[in-house]
Amino acid sequence: MTVQKNRVVSLPNEQMLSFFRGMQRIRRAEERIGELVQSREVRTPCHLSIGQEAIPVGICAALKSTDTVWGGHRSHGHYLAKGGDLNAMMAEVFGKATGCARGRGGSMHLVAPAQGVFGTVPLVAATIPLAVGAGLSAKLQGTGQVAVAFFGDGATDEGHFHESLNLAALYRLPVLFVCENNLYSTHLTLKERRVKDNIGDSATLHGMAGVVLNGNDVTAVYLAAHQAAHRAGTGEGPTLLECRTYRWRGHVGPAADLEVGVDRQCELHEWQRCDPIELCRDLLSAGGVSAARLAEVSAEVSEEIEAAVRFARQSPCPDESELLHHVYASRRGV
Amino acid sequence: MRTLTYAQAIREAHAQLLAEDPRVFLIGQGVRNPWYAGTSLQDLDKEFGRERIIDSPVSENATTGAAIGAAITGMRPIVFHPRMDFMLLAADPIINQAANWSYLFAGQVSVPVVIRAVINRGGEQGAQHSQAMHALFAHVPGLKVVMPSTPHDAKGLLIAAVRDGNPVLYIDDRWLYELDGEVPDMLYEVPIGAGVLRRTGKDVTVVATSYMADEATKAVETLTERGIDVELIDLRSVKPWDRNLVYSSVGKTGRLVIADAAWMSGGIAAEIAASVVGEIFHALKAPIARVCLPDAPAPTAAVLERAYYVGAEDIVASVEKVLA
Repeated sequence: MTVQKNRVVSLPNEQMLSFFRGMQRIRRAEERIGELVQSREVRTPCHLSIGQEAIPVGICAALKSTDTVWGGHRSHGHYLAKGGDLNAMMAEVFGKATGCARGRGGSMHLVAPAQGVFGTVPLVAATIPLAVGAGLSAKLQGTGQVAVAFFGDGATDEGHFHESLNLAALYRLPVLFVCENNLYSTHLTLKERRVKDNIGDSATLHGMAGVVLNGNDVTAVYLAAHQAAHRAGTGEGPTLLECRTYRWRGHVGPAADLEVGVDRQCELHEWQRCDPIELCRDLLSAGGVSAARLAEVSAEVSEEIEAAVRFARQSPCPDESELLHHVYASRRGV
Repeated sequence: MRTLTYAQAIREAHAQLLAEDPRVFLIGQGVRNPWYAGTSLQDLDKEFGRERIIDSPVSENATTGAAIGAAITGMRPIVFHPRMDFMLLAADPIINQAANWSYLFAGQVSVPVVIRAVINRGGEQGAQHSQAMHALFAHVPGLKVVMPSTPHDAKGLLIAAVRDGNPVLYIDDRWLYELDGEVPDMLYEVPIGAGVLRRTGKDVTVVATSYMADEATKAVETLTERGIDVELIDLRSVKPWDRNLVYSSVGKTGRLVIADAAWMSGGIAAEIAASVVGEIFHALKAPIARVCLPDAPAPTAAVLERAYYVGAEDIVASVEKVLA
């Protein structure tokens, strides 16, 4: 396992701009969803990843379109970064028939199979072994695909995590275990759950490659993912990436959890000074991209989000007649 | 026709499926070891290689989850649990994941996985090596549950399960492994959800699952000698179960005994009884009887085991009771 020092490097402007746009899309979409939750237009539980956007954007930028990603309850970012349709996500959050899960999933169950987003579900750690299975599938079929399990630090408290790491290492499967360590499992801090702040050490214990890195530095995330995906794709096995970050909002909904007694005001301000989007903006400015160009990107993103909200509002609700559809798959494979 | 044992029939189904379809693979604890699998998986690793016949660590959650993830991404895995009790460590992947995903994602994702669980009762193994928990899984929408009782059905149901396209729990019983029966040598399916009439009769319907179907066959001999004409249904699938077959039989006989070697409370027998009462109450001439295990964990001492398990004699007694 290697621990990366903060070493901010920049990539070509074109790529940095794409990161900037990707992170803005996630942030603006989630800020908008937060407002819609506050106004009670959206009722499904929404877990926002504001402050953590560099991780999905950096990881997914290193993936092929055929690679698969698997997520949890806080997965708007994973879905969008892997190419999931924004309108379909917004409609899903609104519970509409045009949603990516036709109104059966809400915010916590997103899917976009054509983009490799096979599923995000809120049972903590549940998709980690499923990603291992996707890795096994890729290995047996020789497709060269890589599977990415996104999960939070809370998921590392589950047995799923350790069994899965062992299995993936044992069979040298093409899997990236991406721990978005935002230091909280709902209201509990890391030190209330573990004797040591050492999630990254699990890589060493399970005999796989591992890296601990600044999850707010999109370039660092991208480069680490690129290396891990290369290793995975060339038969060198899985990697655990512990991406250190911070969630600005509360466990669920738009508030910060200060109102429910989580004492983190100072810490929050500290982390807000390490905003992944601002860090990226600084690098772009240093690279000569004008403030006007960046404002233009932000405006385009806002426009896209508003269009998605309009799409969701105007979409029809699912029909009651669909209630019992798809309990079982209808197709037969053989 | 040639005969095979129940365990050999299961092995043949595996071998033919593995040969036919490169997407099929096997993962689980003890798949190379007769200690776990009897002869039901014997030497498959030698025939198909250890890439596809994966003898895994005791990690029920990860192996089942991995089988499910592989199924979602195009494979046709069979995950093996040599003792059903241990499979509870995979309750999340089975109940929360495999069962949900088709519905949850409106049919865009499906989970064509077979989860094979062995009921391994008896032999003084006690509470955690003996449990028959099919009712627990039959309760869950999105899962199918099959329980073959003959070599013929053991083969045909495994093939149907692998080809079904849904998560199917395939539950076999170690007490049946040495049972002989005729088994066609080609690949064939026994349809999931279809029961089978093992004997027609006019006095009473006996509906039995898994090894109780075999016990019921023995009970029928005794009852026939005593002049009682039994109609015997082997349920074969407990989710979905063959309502039409049961209703039409009970509609004819008016009497029903259900034999299911699992706990009585909240079990499959209760589900069948409630359905019969709800749908064809007026056909009934007598109360329904259930032959099930007592609501207690399995003991170890042989004398207690004998008292605990049910068999042909209990079916005979129940049939005579509903006819009294």
